[in-house]
Amino acid sequence: MQITVTVNGTEHVREVEPRLLLVHLLRDELGLTGTHWGCDTSNCGACVVWMDGTPVKSCTVLAAMASGRHVRTVEGLEGHAGLDQVQRSFIRCHGLQCGFCTPGMLMTARWLLDHNPDPSETEIREAIAGQTCRCTGYENIVRSIRHAARAEKSRDGAA
Amino acid sequence: MQVPAHFEYQRATSVDHAIALLTRYGAEARVVAGGHSLIPMMKLRLAQPEMLIDINDLHELGGIRVEGGELRIGAMARHSELLGSAVAGEHYPMLHDAERVIADPVVRNRGTIGGSVCQADPSEDLSGAFTALRATAVIRGAEGVRSVPMRAFFTGPYQTVVGPAEILAELRIPVRPGGGSAYVKVDRRAGDWAVAAAAAALWLEPGPGPGTITDVGLGLTAVGAAGFTAVAAEEFLRGRPATEETFAEAGRIAAEHCRPVADQRGPADYKRHLAGELTVRTLRRAAARARARGQEA
Repeated sequence: MQITVTVNGTEHVREVEPRLLLVHLLRDELGLTGTHWGCDTSNCGACVVWMDGTPVKSCTVLAAMASGRHVRTVEGLEGHAGLDQVQRSFIRCHGLQCGFCTPGMLMTARWLLDHNPDPSETEIREAIAGQTCRCTGYENIVRSIRHAARAEKSRDGAA
Repeated sequence: MQVPAHFEYQRATSVDHAIALLTRYGAEARVVAGGHSLIPMMKLRLAQPEMLIDINDLHELGGIRVEGGELRIGAMARHSELLGSAVAGEHYPMLHDAERVIADPVVRNRGTIGGSVCQADPSEDLSGAFTALRATAVIRGAEGVRSVPMRAFFTGPYQTVVGPAEILAELRIPVRPGGGSAYVKVDRRAGDWAVAAAAAALWLEPGPGPGTITDVGLGLTAVGAAGFTAVAAEEFLRGRPATEETFAEAGRIAAEHCRPVADQRGPADYKRHLAGELTVRTLRRAAARARARGQEA
């Protein structure tokens, strides 16, 4: 079947099998390997992308279901001004070790800060509850997201 | 790599269109909404539909509102919408208690209320909650619309009264003043399926003491309770004072009437213990909420 999916602002038309999963469309058909394919059971959250502005686990969404919708992946975080603040804060606070969970963490973190610019540590931990860091580096992930919140607050305050 | 077997895919443009597709393709067709139960089952070949009918565009099945003295929850409402619904939380805080412990926020963005209820997993949280609340399921089919009480909705594990060419459209819960409700769950880790859980909705006649229970609904999850509830415990509670002694006896009755099965989540004795203890805790919390609302009024 033919699908039309807009990914990071670019429209893609592809002929796919209905059983193709969104994560494999992104990685194998579109070459966007930033989105990671982890547990395949919607538990680990490595595959989180946004669909129509909402984080979803792309291993449990069919590519066909994304047709006509807007998808944002980790490749779409970077803007004209360079890396997104959450990316900069993950670098600054060592929010990753092996990096496998990072794309999903970044997408959820960006969504959280867009909806709650000053989240508490508890709110951050709840937001990433569906995402597994196999290095168990949660302390630094939470710290990174707090850092991004503070950095955006002081920048907005200065503007 | 887990990939479903081959199937055909169509996107429904209206509920009538979806029903027409279901009628045409019969037992080989399945409806997909959030897909967070069905797609994993398809990957494991536990489900192998030949035609998948995507109902994500059917906004007529969405929304959460109070209308006609009822809280109406569209079948396509996502878990995150129910958790975020102020009107649902105001009338039935039990629904927010339950939603907070269903899976995780990203899964809740996608999974739907109707999908969860129709999956009818014995460990699913909302089945017990809606049973306690005596919700009504509104089901649409080619013949028209029918309403089925939640207590007649489930016909067995993973089975409901929704026919092969029907769609669950909405859940309706009567809005009644003077009540409190709660849901309490024990799970092995955050977001997991329940080892056991209990729901209670309770209405109090205020008195000088703890108040008298005028009506009550109980729900029990994952403990083999007939119809996700404990009718004998409900009958015991009605008309009695809302005291710790009353709740303890109700818990004992609920535990006695459930039939838990030992599995990787725990042995049967432990689950039976939880059924009793969680019934007590959820009644206690529901009564406290009912009293707090009585004082506000």
